[in-house]
Amino acid sequence: MAEAARFEHFPHGADIGVRGLGPTLEDAFAQAARALTAVMVDPDTVRPVEPVAIDCAAPDPETLLVDWLNALLFETATRHMLFGSFEVRLGDGRLEATAWGEPIDPARHRPAVEVKGATMTALEVAPTAEGGWLAQCVVDV
Amino acid sequence: MDTSRLTRVDEATWRLEPEGAMRVPAILYGTEELVRAMDDKVLEQTRNVASLPGIVKAAYALPDAHWGYGFPIGGVAAFDPDAGGVVSAGGVGFDISCGVRTITTGLDRSEVEPVAEKLADALYAAVPVGLGRTGQIKLSNTELDAMLEGGARWAVSMGFGEPADLERIEEKGRMEGADPAAVSRKAKERQRAEMGTLGSGNHYLEIQEVAEILDPAAARAYGLVGGQIVVTIHCGSRGLGHQIGTEFLREMALAAPAHGIELPDRELACAPLRSALGQRYLGAMRAAINCALANREIIDHLARGVLRRMFPQARMALLFDVSHNTCKLERHRIDGEEKAVFVHRKGATRAFGPGHPDVPEPLRAVGQPVLIGGSMGTGSWVLAGAATSEEKSFASAVHGAGRAMSRHEATRQYRGDQIVAELRRRGVIVRAPSMRGVAEEAPAAYKDVDAVVAAAERAGLARRVAHLVPIVCIKG
Repeated sequence: MAEAARFEHFPHGADIGVRGLGPTLEDAFAQAARALTAVMVDPDTVRPVEPVAIDCAAPDPETLLVDWLNALLFETATRHMLFGSFEVRLGDGRLEATAWGEPIDPARHRPAVEVKGATMTALEVAPTAEGGWLAQCVVDV
Repeated sequence: MDTSRLTRVDEATWRLEPEGAMRVPAILYGTEELVRAMDDKVLEQTRNVASLPGIVKAAYALPDAHWGYGFPIGGVAAFDPDAGGVVSAGGVGFDISCGVRTITTGLDRSEVEPVAEKLADALYAAVPVGLGRTGQIKLSNTELDAMLEGGARWAVSMGFGEPADLERIEEKGRMEGADPAAVSRKAKERQRAEMGTLGSGNHYLEIQEVAEILDPAAARAYGLVGGQIVVTIHCGSRGLGHQIGTEFLREMALAAPAHGIELPDRELACAPLRSALGQRYLGAMRAAINCALANREIIDHLARGVLRRMFPQARMALLFDVSHNTCKLERHRIDGEEKAVFVHRKGATRAFGPGHPDVPEPLRAVGQPVLIGGSMGTGSWVLAGAATSEEKSFASAVHGAGRAMSRHEATRQYRGDQIVAELRRRGVIVRAPSMRGVAEEAPAAYKDVDAVVAAAERAGLARRVAHLVPIVCIKG
């Protein structure tokens, strides 16, 4: 059975881990991004109003995952936006993505915390036993 | 933690002799109860730190140590540039120069208590907190660079804060050697609208009462009077520090093989002090320290404005401002010889003892104030650096309670609105943008701060001066 696209959180000392799972590596990266948003707010409350293009390159898939999540945090901090849905294209050490979201509305989104950065702790990008992919790391809050 | 491999040196000191790749011993401070309650990862991370090039004397874990990124949080290590020593972005952390400042007000609890709700609302309106709230101050590129070079001195020159404050801040409010050119465009972009913002997570602004005094002479020198009100602020270098931490951690991890450094854990990412990358990081990190010092000065200014309006009789003065995520060049005695070394304090507070020349003159006889943040419910502590801290831990002490429960678990066990109501019954007024955020910071999710500071005293790192309890907590 194919790996269903979904995300999870896992505990880590003072912080929290984000994990994306899906049938393809792209799905796992997109779900990891939803897991990141879910640390801050309920991703289903984020309306896909505005697209933001994101482009990163890294020497290995693990660093690429950290770069991708940190690129989203940069856009969140500077555009004052939250993102709820993601289209990810991967190839040759590059990630090209579109993140859909809207400006932060503190009254409606009620953000629980701000994430400082995605880290290399519990960092893993790997195939799953179900034939899909997993992408995870701990984020510092 | 399994203590069977450690040698107990005294009541609050534990030691692991060098083994495997370790170059120096690992030394853990804490009572048996605290050390046993620590995650095994704390020992693993302290051992890893002990294996880094150029480390001197020992790798230390303090009584509030918990599992961090590469270094344990509550970790101290010093490196000798003459012996191939390194600087580690992970050893400083993402929130560079996160710290605490406390301001005395001369107000009695009885003056504040009747209007505490109004005070909470006014502070919550004046100080931007949480994700998505920006500050009133927007900096141009030139102003940003001036802030990164000038720290709290820049803030005071811009009219935020008072010149007298500077004496009461580490480095007199301005970290030397900052290099704004080493700070990326992205890091500056993240900070442009964040000056004077508190952030979120465990950051807070509290109105506290001096509930108990344990060392009357030190309390007198610090201006702490039982029953009086102080303001305490806990926050750091905001988006700029986070971005610098993120970028240099990545760069140092990828460059380690080229520097001939074998990393037992990618998060230990470091670079030789005498390398272009190491020097660039030091310049950027020092700029982030200045950003944090400026930020706390501005938030202090906003809070004092509120207090002045509500209590014209208040006589406010900065007690002290400490940073607990830093790497600083300091002189320490190592094997009988004084040496300049780079001391990393990750979740650890500098704690110079009595007589140290860098402690401001009015406080010098007593030792440097060490300000310890507790959880929302349990209160905070003011300690004084102990005479033995130099020999024990490169003059370092604990920084807070340390988490005992993950955020994940805290949100499963607690509800924010119930915590706010319970604290209200106990006389603590909480203002926060998110109830889930409050649940994640539930008092029970933290270790017992009283036990942590008692252990720090027993270990000879710092001694207890006063216990502070919150009346109003503005939670980020």
